[in-house]
Amino acid sequence: MALPPEAAGGAAQSSSIGGSAAHKRERRDSVVIRFAGDSGDGMQLAGMQFTAESALAGNDIATLPDFPAEIRAPAGTIAGVSGFQVNFSSGEVFTAGDEPTVLVAMNPAALKANLDDVPPNGVIIVDKEAFSDANLKRAGYTSNPLTDHSLDKYQVFTVDITKLTTTALHDTGLNNRAVFRCRNLFVLGMLSWLYQRPIESTVNWLEGRFKKTPEVLNANLKALRAGYAYGETTEMFASSYEVPPARIVPGTYRNITGNTATALGFVAAAVKAGRPLFLGSYPITPASDVLHDLAALKNFPVYTFQAEDEIAGVSSAIGAAFGGAIAITTTSGPGMNLKAEAIGLAVKTELPIVITDIQRAGPSTGMPTKPEQADLLMALYGRHGESPLPVIAAATPADCFECAYEAVRIAVKYMTPVILMTDGQLANGAEPWLLPETSRLPEIKVDFRTDPEGFLPYIRDEETLSRPWAIPGTPGLEHRIGGLSGEDRTGNVSYSPANNELMVRTRARKIAGIVREIPPTEIFGDTNGGELVVLGWGSTYGSIREAVKQLRGKGKSVSHIHLRYLNPLPQDLGDQLRKFRKVMVAEMNMGQLIKVVRADYLIDAIGCNKIQGRPFKVSELTNRITRALED
Amino acid sequence: MASALSRKDFVSDQEVRWCPGCGDYAILAQVQKQMPEFGVPREKTVFISGIGCSSRFPYYMNTYGFHTIHGRAPAFATGLKVTRPDLDVWVVTGDGDGLSIGGNHLIHCLRRNVDLKILLFNNKIYGLTKGQYSPTSEVGKVTKSTPAGSVDFPFNPITVALGSHASFVCRTLDVEQKHLAEMLKRAHAHRGASFIEILQNCNIFNDGAFNELTDKPIKAEHQLVLEHGKPLIFGKNRDKGIRMNGMRPEVVQLGNGVSESDLVVHDETNLALAFMLGNFEPPLPTPIGVFYATSRPTFDAAMNQQLADAKAKQGPGDLDALLKRGDVWTVK
Ligand code: SF4
Repeated sequence: MALPPEAAGGAAQSSSIGGSAAHKRERRDSVVIRFAGDSGDGMQLAGMQFTAESALAGNDIATLPDFPAEIRAPAGTIAGVSGFQVNFSSGEVFTAGDEPTVLVAMNPAALKANLDDVPPNGVIIVDKEAFSDANLKRAGYTSNPLTDHSLDKYQVFTVDITKLTTTALHDTGLNNRAVFRCRNLFVLGMLSWLYQRPIESTVNWLEGRFKKTPEVLNANLKALRAGYAYGETTEMFASSYEVPPARIVPGTYRNITGNTATALGFVAAAVKAGRPLFLGSYPITPASDVLHDLAALKNFPVYTFQAEDEIAGVSSAIGAAFGGAIAITTTSGPGMNLKAEAIGLAVKTELPIVITDIQRAGPSTGMPTKPEQADLLMALYGRHGESPLPVIAAATPADCFECAYEAVRIAVKYMTPVILMTDGQLANGAEPWLLPETSRLPEIKVDFRTDPEGFLPYIRDEETLSRPWAIPGTPGLEHRIGGLSGEDRTGNVSYSPANNELMVRTRARKIAGIVREIPPTEIFGDTNGGELVVLGWGSTYGSIREAVKQLRGKGKSVSHIHLRYLNPLPQDLGDQLRKFRKVMVAEMNMGQLIKVVRADYLIDAIGCNKIQGRPFKVSELTNRITRALED
Repeated sequence: MASALSRKDFVSDQEVRWCPGCGDYAILAQVQKQMPEFGVPREKTVFISGIGCSSRFPYYMNTYGFHTIHGRAPAFATGLKVTRPDLDVWVVTGDGDGLSIGGNHLIHCLRRNVDLKILLFNNKIYGLTKGQYSPTSEVGKVTKSTPAGSVDFPFNPITVALGSHASFVCRTLDVEQKHLAEMLKRAHAHRGASFIEILQNCNIFNDGAFNELTDKPIKAEHQLVLEHGKPLIFGKNRDKGIRMNGMRPEVVQLGNGVSESDLVVHDETNLALAFMLGNFEPPLPTPIGVFYATSRPTFDAAMNQQLADAKAKQGPGDLDALLKRGDVWTVK
């Protein structure tokens, strides 16, 4: 998503640029492919490798996997369908795309589960053999869609994927089951040809992955190449397509998911702070990958503690922070509820930790693999007593790195717990990430108190109001902290009414003062004000930005403000919002940020809400905004 | 290795606020007295507690201290000990804090064998919340929350600890100062999770709960002091012992053909024996002392070893190399 400003907003166009002897080659500016199949069909892998190939081809990209909630749903059923969508483009990409230009359906269930999203005339590629009577029945089809004309409005390519893979692999000595599992590589090869992707990166990746099993490696490579050759030599596809490279900011890139970016942001912060990183966490979807990623980085040093429950996850982190570590805990909504009491203790004892809430659709267990933004009010207010803390939300997968880093920086500087919010869409979605110069990352200064002279646990820095970080092991600073109301400066247990109010107000002032760290609000669009501004936060960034761009392209006075800091809010936010005749708050919840906007600024904003466990489609937003403009 | 410090150095400036006559005073005094004996500098010592009368303990120790939230002290202590193995970390908890709301953390901390000294003050009642029955109260306990008597079966802290594979398990009493001192020494010398159940009198809400074990005239008839390698003998005249009758322990009178050699000899390393002793109920005497002590790797040391091994193998973490891991490409 790192494009030079002048490249942004390039209008999509398509032109034929001639072709080879056998095939035409056409140009496309943007293509969305969805790979869908049974959980065991390897569609995630095919999608991720196609993404890697596209990144190397110089496109801007965004991806969104769609996992079934059940780990092993019965094969061939709708519940077991796993999908991976990639949007790759010669222009700037903000989302994984509303609808797939190409749907690859490895079985009838995958077709049925995804067909509604395919636009008329969209391309559908299916594996012919997979449409057996048994599979059709499992998917709930009463007649074969490949022959009953129900797909007439699409371009359907029926390919003998299973048969062709089996033929290509007949001499590998692998059993039928193992051969069957190479179908995804055949598909990847075929699509790589269709979109003129270089397959070297996939070859390298396979060589690394199957180093120890040469026969499996050989089979996978054969399937990949057979798929590529199939596209090239048959007449199945009339033309192949070229998506030229995007104009991207120079630098070194890698493709990154939000969860990996979050993990790396924390490691980077700990390295910069010169302290070990400690993660206390309990496995929960969709947060567990952060635990997995960090568990592999022990040499940094990173401690990962898989705790007995969510409460122990956050409590152990607070214990580690007391001892001077950069301490974090990661979870999703249900875990946030359980951690609330301990977070309150961190607020009261003023210890730096970062709590990451990788939101998922609720309430209760809800839809664990689907994204939502309904934890905002809980993050802001979901603790007993007056317990304000900073809240930061990431906008894109790569932005998770900066936000995780920033969360640690603020926690340490202000001696406070910080909540970092991402969601299932960011966690598993991926995009190219311009690697930062690590030497240029902002300073994270850890300043342990060592001087006993004049030391009290709750004396405060004049500017930040933060208290000293005085860790056990420091002679002369022995002190006790705890959850009971504490006296100003000494922290000694005190039930004095006036002191209690003073302390509550002081902590609130400390958090409010963090506003000095927050850059002025950026308006995308009419910087001096206009008809309507869409206010958003978190993962809706991409959809909103794309929608606003499209409408501006049509001459509409529509702008976008994206919030990274949810508490405190930027100082100038109210003034900026008031420059617009209408304020629309778009969020994947019933309207939470809108309540804050109304309460803080007395602005009668319009809500735009979706609670389906799915990101906003750009078209949904443009429709909603257009209606609001007409009202 | 005693230090130059004295008991007074471990007394904080905070006024102690337990009820007059509470057994907690005696425990605090003995812990403060033993601290200099351990030779650990004050700044390297941390007391962590949850919620309850016992959990006020850290405020009174002139060391580092953290009064946390209900039941979670072992989790806070684990995070601290793992990242700061140089510290001497104590957990102070009670029967409600450690076995009810915090039961989960206690058992997991014991099975992991985190190198913590865990003092569980068992007064069989909720004191701070003013007198409800606790998970160690006997069946039929009449309290404000159980006017018709409690109906749930109590936990036995010793067998809970043994069942959690604690590597050191002992029981002592608030008023047995010499024995308490001995147990504190043993627990502190142990590497790994040391679990000390301290029977403690709450004179306000459950006075006399341990009278049989503390009243001078009768206590010897009810207390069985465990000593490693010694036969299980008790009684004022040391004339009673524990003998196995098949698979069942029984009390026998010494003499009349029954000699010490017929008695069970205590072996701290025998887990089956520890379980048997832990389950002693009247008419069998109540054992105090070390039920079980074994040596196994501690969680904190094992985790730090993994970090050290990773560093030895991969070198110290290189942030730039980490960020560039995987497929990277350069745009010019
Ligand atoms: S209520 Fe009981 S346990 Fe609590 S301080 Fe008073 S006597 Fe001690």
